[in-house]
Amino acid sequence: MLRIINGEVYDPLNGVNGEVRDVCAADGKIVSEAPDGKVIDAQGMVVMPGGIEFHAHVAGGKVNAGRKMRPEDHREMAIPRTPLTRSGVGHTVPSTFATGYHFAQLGYTTVMEAAGPPLGARHVHEELNDIPILDKGFFVLMGNNYFVLKFIAEGDFARLKDYVAWLLEATGGYAIKIVNPAGVDTWKWGRNVNSLDDPADTFPVTPRQIVVNLARVQQELGLPHTIHVHCNNLGVPGNAQITLQTMQAVGDLPIHVTHAQFNGYGGTGWGDFHSGAPELAAYVNEHKNVTVDMGQVVFGPVTTMTADGPWQYRLYQLSGHKWVNCDVEMETSAGIVPYRFSKRNAVNAVQWAVGLELALLIEDPWRVFLTTDHPNGGPFHAYPDIIKLLLDRDHRAEVLEGVHRGAQKRSSLKDLHREYSLFEIAIITRAGPARALGLRQKGHLGPGADADIAIYSKAADPKEMFARPRYVIKAGEIVAQDGRIVQDKPGRTFYVAPGYDRQIESAIRDDFEKYYTVSFENYPVQFDHYLPHRVAVSCVRE
Amino acid sequence: MQIDHVVCAFCGCVCDDLTVTLEDGRVTGVKQACALGRAWLLGHSAEADQPPALIDGQPASLEEAVEVAAQILSQARYPLIYGLSSTYCEAQRQAVALADLLGATIDCCTSVCHGPSGIAMQVVGEPTCTLGEVKNRADLLIYWGSNPAESHPLHFARYAVTPKGLFIPRGRKDRTVVLVDVRPTASARAADIFLQIKPGRDFECLWALRALIRGLDLEESAVADTGLTLAQLQDLAGRMKSCRFGVLFVGQGLTQSRGKQMNTAAAFMLVRDLYAHTKFAVIPMRGHGNVTGIDNVLSWQTGYPFGVNFSRGYPRFNPGEFTAVDVLGRGEADAALIVASDPVATLPRVAARRLAQIPTVALDTHGSETTKVARVVITTAPAGISAEGTIYRMDNVPLRLRKFLPSPYPSDEEVLGRIVERVTQLRARN
Ligand code: SF4
Ligand SMILES: [Zn+2]
Repeated sequence: MLRIINGEVYDPLNGVNGEVRDVCAADGKIVSEAPDGKVIDAQGMVVMPGGIEFHAHVAGGKVNAGRKMRPEDHREMAIPRTPLTRSGVGHTVPSTFATGYHFAQLGYTTVMEAAGPPLGARHVHEELNDIPILDKGFFVLMGNNYFVLKFIAEGDFARLKDYVAWLLEATGGYAIKIVNPAGVDTWKWGRNVNSLDDPADTFPVTPRQIVVNLARVQQELGLPHTIHVHCNNLGVPGNAQITLQTMQAVGDLPIHVTHAQFNGYGGTGWGDFHSGAPELAAYVNEHKNVTVDMGQVVFGPVTTMTADGPWQYRLYQLSGHKWVNCDVEMETSAGIVPYRFSKRNAVNAVQWAVGLELALLIEDPWRVFLTTDHPNGGPFHAYPDIIKLLLDRDHRAEVLEGVHRGAQKRSSLKDLHREYSLFEIAIITRAGPARALGLRQKGHLGPGADADIAIYSKAADPKEMFARPRYVIKAGEIVAQDGRIVQDKPGRTFYVAPGYDRQIESAIRDDFEKYYTVSFENYPVQFDHYLPHRVAVSCVRE
Repeated sequence: MQIDHVVCAFCGCVCDDLTVTLEDGRVTGVKQACALGRAWLLGHSAEADQPPALIDGQPASLEEAVEVAAQILSQARYPLIYGLSSTYCEAQRQAVALADLLGATIDCCTSVCHGPSGIAMQVVGEPTCTLGEVKNRADLLIYWGSNPAESHPLHFARYAVTPKGLFIPRGRKDRTVVLVDVRPTASARAADIFLQIKPGRDFECLWALRALIRGLDLEESAVADTGLTLAQLQDLAGRMKSCRFGVLFVGQGLTQSRGKQMNTAAAFMLVRDLYAHTKFAVIPMRGHGNVTGIDNVLSWQTGYPFGVNFSRGYPRFNPGEFTAVDVLGRGEADAALIVASDPVATLPRVAARRLAQIPTVALDTHGSETTKVARVVITTAPAGISAEGTIYRMDNVPLRLRKFLPSPYPSDEEVLGRIVERVTQLRARN
């Protein structure tokens, strides 16, 4: 049992805004009272639910290829073993143990892997299981999947729905991820799409059809999280248009547009490249069915990695850096390019501004989440810096002065005076993501919630405050104290099992056996081995 | 009893549609496997045919062997853990945990086969794909310094040359197969075109192809020492540019000959250049069982794919410094743990000799040259027959090895876990 007393509590889901009150835990859950057990005096401290990483690339084949290809990255940060913890390396593509410790040291207790190919699901789980402390889950790449395209082309919505449900169960996945719909399919021949109505290659279906159909599937299966969309034309000037069109295409079906910064640009080329954030934010403000995450850029080295093969190739051409591509049969692709965001580069400066504009222009903090699309926009350990930029407008203005003037001329950032409150920070880093993910036991401190808690000293500098919580509590036990890991234990894996008509197996078996190179029987992951600590999150059909 | 969809752990193909027949605790029949896979699967039984362990050549119990192994490893100043290619990922994870705990050096067979492919990837990246993409799309296959007919016997039939695919309706007829090697190997029979290059001239050939694909004019004299004529190279370059989906398979003929990682980097860059014209991929022909698995496990746990040293308490990577051949050859390693591989038979003689001089612990399913010189030998259950776990195919596709035959011996995972536990206790005491 644990009792945290005298702390200033920020628990937005329960409407608690900085009131001093006790938070108690027993048996891994928040309880209303804990008469005995350990007491933490949080006088002068801020108490929040554990942070929830909404979208990061931390586990699976693509991430591991990123680690493998970047020895130069690891040399920036070595993490020695301790009697309690395993050793590892950082920086933008940390090893699995380092990933878990690092997140925990920042007060984060849950992480969602943003993109796993179904064929590599075992690999995703093996790595998730080697990420200590955190609870986790993974989003399953579906936007260019052979059977998804096929059933849409055949207009067979019932089968599409069953297939998605089957695939989620076969992979132990959590949500539907869509990356450059139709575009990745055409990339398998070296091409791309650039409008919402350009067809895929394997079947003549368009990005519009893919997004709309999967959005309907998500609703009808009652999946806890909406479709999670990486729009077409990512990274390209003028792409705010296709992002808007994608949101318009789904009408009032729920949609999450991920790392919106990377899809929030105006202009027709690099010459007139400018922010498209105001248009996107205006749409989001008007449409309650839309959520976004920032995908904030952090100046310095990054490792870009997405399932968007054609974009990664383009970034290789633009940067001349080393480049990995991996096309995965029947399902998706992946690309990786190391990159460095520079303050002195006009385009990079605008990109940096766009993420902040989105966070400041979207009025409802429940619908915009703090991410860097780790490690694409920046490493997750830069979160305290970003929080400071949101909390403190003078600091923001100062930083803006130091970056390329493009950020002032080609974005609205200098005119934005909004400052986030701690309450709002708690929303965009925990309560909001928990709600959007449909994780009811996460992101709050009400009785019955998982006892995942972060306690920060109220420092004058919010960056310091958020970089080193005094205590981090996971499932009711202290796992980190003053930046040190004090307990190493495995986390759990969330998955969904919406159920499906068994007929779907015979509907896909033929093509599966013809075109995959693994046996149908060997494809699904074995839950007992790959999700040893699992939690089913229920689906609520409308 | 008949078991379907058995996954073969013997080579990098990781065929997963074998059928195995069991009678009286023995594998009596194997279908859909090649001769190598069949021999491997038929070679094991549920009976104890060797002692659980040997210490100094004398039969011993597992407990005694684990104790001596733990003592040897924790007393060593510079222990080496090596091999791990023929075991599954859960065991490999224990081996890395042990290396981390001991401050040891850990290396795998990658460093003597496709290490140069790994280094090339760190230099230029790697445009690649899974084998299903080859089956479904590839109309041009180029094998360079690789002899799948002998090293990966079912590769041609399952993945590359003969199968029909989504966009390859006629199978073999829709594909052109080129073999580049220093001699006509058994794989030449499967090829439409065989190009015999001079030994040690791979880099020059690849660089000439890059030039031709970029549209540079070369003189005949520029390619004079490659063993190929300019016309042959032009023809190949033309095919590479005009195919719809090409795949370059690189083998040890490329990675282990003069130039090593420069050769593989040249191959990767050549494939990268081809994106200006068409779609292309490069796939290293990773060999043994689960060598791709240890590569992955090491990468996610330490950041580096092979040759990892923990002596400073965190992982460091330096091929040539922390690779087994070098650590042994220079006489630095003062104890060794060998798991599921036979370095005494496969490493250069000076490295093998060192293994005989120092206290070596070997985990294997059967006797080998290495178990002959090892101080401690522990018999373990064969992966994919009597022990289950994850295996990565040569293209990084993970599959689950199953256990269908009981074994009197513990699994590698269990034995390594016990050594980890014992070493932890010994450490805590000091
Ligand atoms: S090709 Fe390799 S994996 Fe397939 S059956 Fe033969 S040895 Fe086993
Ligand atoms: Zn992402």
